[in-house]
Amino acid sequence: MSKVIYKLGDDISTDIIYPGRFMATVLPTETPQFAFVDEKELNKMLVNNEFEDGSVILANKNFGCGSSREQAVSTLKGYNISIIAKNFARIFLQNSVNLGLNTIQCPDIEANLGDDLEIKENEVINKTTGKSYKIIPLHSARQAIVDAGGLIPYTRKKLLERNK
Amino acid sequence: MGQTVVQKILAKACGLDKVAVGEIVEPKVDLAMSHENGALVINQFKEIYEGTELPVKVWDPSKIAIIFDHRVPAESSKTATNQMKIRNFVKEQGITKFHDIRGDRMGICHQILPENGYVRPGYVVCGTDSHTTSHGALGAFAFGIGATEMASVWTLGTALNVPVPPTIKVIVTGKLNQFVEAKDIILYLIGKISSEGANNKVIEFHGDTIKNMNISGRLTLCNMAVEAGATSGIVPADEETQKYLKFVAGVQDDIDLVTPDEDAEYDSIVEIDANTLSPQIACPHTVDNVKPIEEVSGITVNQIVIGSCTNGRLEDLKTAADILKGNKVAEHTRMLIFPASGKIYQEAMKLGYFNTLMEAGAVVANSGCGPCLGIHQGALGDGEVALSTTNRNFKGRMGNPKSEVYLCSPAVAAASAIMGFITDPRKIQLND
Ligand code: SF4
Repeated sequence: MSKVIYKLGDDISTDIIYPGRFMATVLPTETPQFAFVDEKELNKMLVNNEFEDGSVILANKNFGCGSSREQAVSTLKGYNISIIAKNFARIFLQNSVNLGLNTIQCPDIEANLGDDLEIKENEVINKTTGKSYKIIPLHSARQAIVDAGGLIPYTRKKLLERNK
Repeated sequence: MGQTVVQKILAKACGLDKVAVGEIVEPKVDLAMSHENGALVINQFKEIYEGTELPVKVWDPSKIAIIFDHRVPAESSKTATNQMKIRNFVKEQGITKFHDIRGDRMGICHQILPENGYVRPGYVVCGTDSHTTSHGALGAFAFGIGATEMASVWTLGTALNVPVPPTIKVIVTGKLNQFVEAKDIILYLIGKISSEGANNKVIEFHGDTIKNMNISGRLTLCNMAVEAGATSGIVPADEETQKYLKFVAGVQDDIDLVTPDEDAEYDSIVEIDANTLSPQIACPHTVDNVKPIEEVSGITVNQIVIGSCTNGRLEDLKTAADILKGNKVAEHTRMLIFPASGKIYQEAMKLGYFNTLMEAGAVVANSGCGPCLGIHQGALGDGEVALSTTNRNFKGRMGNPKSEVYLCSPAVAAASAIMGFITDPRKIQLND
């Protein structure tokens, strides 16, 4: 079961997820501390581990708009959470696929803070309200990268094939 | 059925006759650009090679460009160390399109690429920067990617799993009024189609207004296509493109013009009448919160910024100098100028723009991204308001979530600097 631990609005930009002033920090192992750093309550909850594994941050449309900075994904990847949004900005979604952040596109989702969700392959069931919502599956090309465990192993495999 | 420009570019880059919208392709990359985030790309690139026992070599060092621009000169020891790592890597791999922190070569990546002739019509360009869309101004298919994806490009020389995007055709017709510029067209368009109106799509620009527009203006248009979510913006190459590449960028070889088929299939068509357009302002905190200047005139401004990959070019500095000539920046307002490249800086200096601007009270800083992304210079105080020719006004973008950023054209920025509040440049008395 996945609890909704935080709700966000439309157009949550990469400047909110990972402000530019921390961009000199690049290594994926060092970025999680700055996740939503200006959204103090959320940052505190993440950094102090005040949530259960597999919890959900829920957002509206165009989550991750703005910069291509990969820190916006690695910072969230540092926690065992999923992001459910009505839709995602293109580069953010691709970066999530490449790094293995669990992003779920669910255009009609309705849930309140604290609701329990069950995330299945094709739908999200809101256990609190009893309603279910369809998931838009990843494009097969993107799914292939997820299935390979991310873009690094995916590319490594291609590189080795070429050099056989 | 005919093909759009991007379909044609992708087909050629894949060795195919045609590609269909939605088809997944793996195009060869002609130019792969990074900036300071090259430090992360290097990290990911090395990880790809881990355990393979293969020599750690990029696919083609002549096709990689690295430009220091986001934090120049370095604002912290951390950035300086990242820049050092990149310098070493550039040397070790033999990367030639490298622009370090020096007055003769430096600049913002999206200015350096066109200005040096690194981008040609028909190229597939990817960059670890969302505003890589800019290079569509030269008729290339140019899009932003993340660092790990760039590491993959450095390894294989192809962009993996690219879905052929559908294209929105934007037709702009008519003559722009005085002090209405490319920036106003693109802000108007984003306001109209929204911040996600072109998500996963390409915006192809057409119409006589675009035909008559120089490359600087086209760069502004394509630069901000990403603010409507677009994968890329593109102006099909024409004589203007050829002229720019030959006479400004110094390209010697023949230039192939890739143009869309007459019967190309578009996702949708948007028409804009340039005749009736006023200067446009994007209000806090989203780029699509766009209003004509008539609705926002009078808002007090603490800091004016002219610069960035959107509007830090010579024409933009000229506009500002023309308006500020013989005038003074208002007492309660700071005006900061960041030329987009060292070359522009030198030319603006020769032409006397800086004298005029400094005489008026503006601060001219070195070329680079400056305050645009809120890390280096020109931070805002709590509750302060900035009016900027940059491309993003997200909450916290200029380094302080308790500040507000309005976006506008260079003409509006300059006129507003004089008054200290948002001002329609058409209402300012010019001195000659
Ligand atoms: S000027 Fe601003 S938008 Fe342009 S590349 Fe630099 S940080 Fe990005």
